[in-house]
Amino acid sequence: MEKFTVHTGTAVPLRRSNVDTDQIIPAVYLKRVTRTGFEDGLFRSWRDADPAFVLNDQRYSGASILVAGPEFGTGSSREHAVWALRDWGFAAVLAPRFGDIFRGNALKEGLLPVELELTVIEMLWDAVESDPSLAVTVDLGAREVRAGDLTCSFPLDDFSRWRLMEGLDDIGLTLRHEAAIGEYETSRLRFKPAVA
Amino acid sequence: MVGVPDGTPRTLAEKVWDAHVVRSAQGEPDLLYIDLHLVHEVTSPQAFDGLRMAGRPVRRPDLTIATEDHNTPTDNLLTIADPVSRTQIETLRKNCAEFGIKLHSLGDAQQGVVHVLGPQIGLTQPGMTIVCGDSHTSTHGAFGALAFGIGTSEVEHVLATQTLPQARPKTMAVNVVGELAEGVTAKDLILALITQVGTGGGRGHIVEYRGEAIRKLSMEGRMTVSNMSIEWGARAGMVAPDETTFAYLAGREYAPKGEAWDEAVAYWRTLATDEGATFDTEVTLDASAITPFVTWGTNPGQGAPLSARVPDPADFGSEAERNAATRALDYMALTPGTPLREVPIDVVFVGSCTNGRLEDLRAAANVLRGRKVAGGVRMLVVPGSAAVRAAAEEEGLNEVFTEAGAEWRFAGCSMCLGMNPDILEPGQRSASTSNRNFEGRQGKGGRTHLVSPSVAAATAVLGHLAAPTDLN
Ligand code: SF4
Repeated sequence: MEKFTVHTGTAVPLRRSNVDTDQIIPAVYLKRVTRTGFEDGLFRSWRDADPAFVLNDQRYSGASILVAGPEFGTGSSREHAVWALRDWGFAAVLAPRFGDIFRGNALKEGLLPVELELTVIEMLWDAVESDPSLAVTVDLGAREVRAGDLTCSFPLDDFSRWRLMEGLDDIGLTLRHEAAIGEYETSRLRFKPAVA
Repeated sequence: MVGVPDGTPRTLAEKVWDAHVVRSAQGEPDLLYIDLHLVHEVTSPQAFDGLRMAGRPVRRPDLTIATEDHNTPTDNLLTIADPVSRTQIETLRKNCAEFGIKLHSLGDAQQGVVHVLGPQIGLTQPGMTIVCGDSHTSTHGAFGALAFGIGTSEVEHVLATQTLPQARPKTMAVNVVGELAEGVTAKDLILALITQVGTGGGRGHIVEYRGEAIRKLSMEGRMTVSNMSIEWGARAGMVAPDETTFAYLAGREYAPKGEAWDEAVAYWRTLATDEGATFDTEVTLDASAITPFVTWGTNPGQGAPLSARVPDPADFGSEAERNAATRALDYMALTPGTPLREVPIDVVFVGSCTNGRLEDLRAAANVLRGRKVAGGVRMLVVPGSAAVRAAAEEEGLNEVFTEAGAEWRFAGCSMCLGMNPDILEPGQRSASTSNRNFEGRQGKGGRTHLVSPSVAAATAVLGHLAAPTDLN
């Protein structure tokens, strides 16, 4: 995983709540066995159905920060939703609340999920709609989002922040504790099932 | 040692959590041991690739089991027509062979939806930790297991280490007071709950469903409720194990036998939430007030009693809810004020990990027996697994369905999601016993109303949303 420290880019306002992962990437794109190249599926139905959909809007091309409404990434566990956002070029998603599994997946992949109050999200929507070229900075070290004269801090636990800033692989971290895992296994209840 | 109780009253969730902590350290997530890892074709190929690239084996193939469900056809057992779907299935077969994982393939007697498989063979047991790269893993919580969905990176993590780093969630009690009225089902209960609390209501919590109405549910009913925990944002949903649970498990393939059974039951009995234990959050739901429930919108929290009308977005409290309702009604092509009973339906789907078990098929068959599916309506009945299909045929349920004019299919996820050949055409409207009414979930442009199996069957007969009582 690449290290995430500070990211500056332009932002796309997605004025919708309850953006579930079926919308982020429809199931037909989940048949692949690869881990990259999912950008074609991103918000596919909305991009096809509506020429005015914000991701079709040339003013926001090249944007790397998505600003969305509450309950972003609810629904299915598909990590493909994170891959599609990342493959499209997004580095961070800003929203008031995320679906738990999506948030976990995003943290694993280094796509930063940034929780901000709805009022702040609304300010950002207004700001980037009036100036699509506005530079937005997500500063993980300071746990801060900055855009124009707006500065706002966001919550993220220390451990996740450290992992992201160091670009650490979770499996490698866990395998440091292999002895503890082995020890746990010796004390498992004997009637627990095993697949034969 | 970590996880040793100090006598403080604990909830069911806390007991199961504590018993699985391999390591805990200040400021870090707990490292949890995973008792069972369920695998299917969609969320695993990239995880196996990751293992191969790093030269890592699967740590515990004996705690891992796989099935084919999302991409499989339900009209035959031999041919997966779509080459991309076929490749994904073949990739799973190759990976399971290479890493030594037991796989229930298409045509196998146990093959079926991953969350139907675990309970049916008795692998899902109280007090376990169970994960799967699928959000409806919450289903297994019906047994008093801590079960939750994970993403592909975590699938790889569990394959490699049999553990997962997890921050301890908060706990919530859903106290279901009163009793469900005759003809009102577990599906109505959970749909009513989600409408009450909203799609984000359970976020960050492990939920325990409690109360008399829950105790009276069968294991199938409890699975329906736990299954949809994720639809209101909960990390997991649990029901404390009791005699109903033990009776369901006794004699199943992987259930403990002989002395081990007695030892297991004695342990399982200790898992109930202690007197005096506190939950971070409590919610109360009045079961006696629930009537057959359906959704009208594009998320599972947009529901109403069948006896109600399509709501007017103007009546919602917040601007966000008004906008969401307006968008949903536009997508669903519904007019505010229309009685829900007058909404015509093109396709009826009975199946999925929410309502694809034997009891669900019986409920639908009981309504259909001696009746016909309305002209112009297509009805698919898709057993959750090959074993459910065989059991249903044993009882002659297949004949009830085919005589009524419904399609009796092979097991799989089928029309629950638009990934295999069973999909809605753009603009078609379904009454579906599945769990998600998201835009395009059952096929691009398809419109979904979530219902119980008995409402699905009555709807098929009348051609519009209906309850069995409307047939008399
Ligand atoms: S039946 Fe539906 S919800 Fe259940 S595992 Fe299959 S696709 Fe997912």
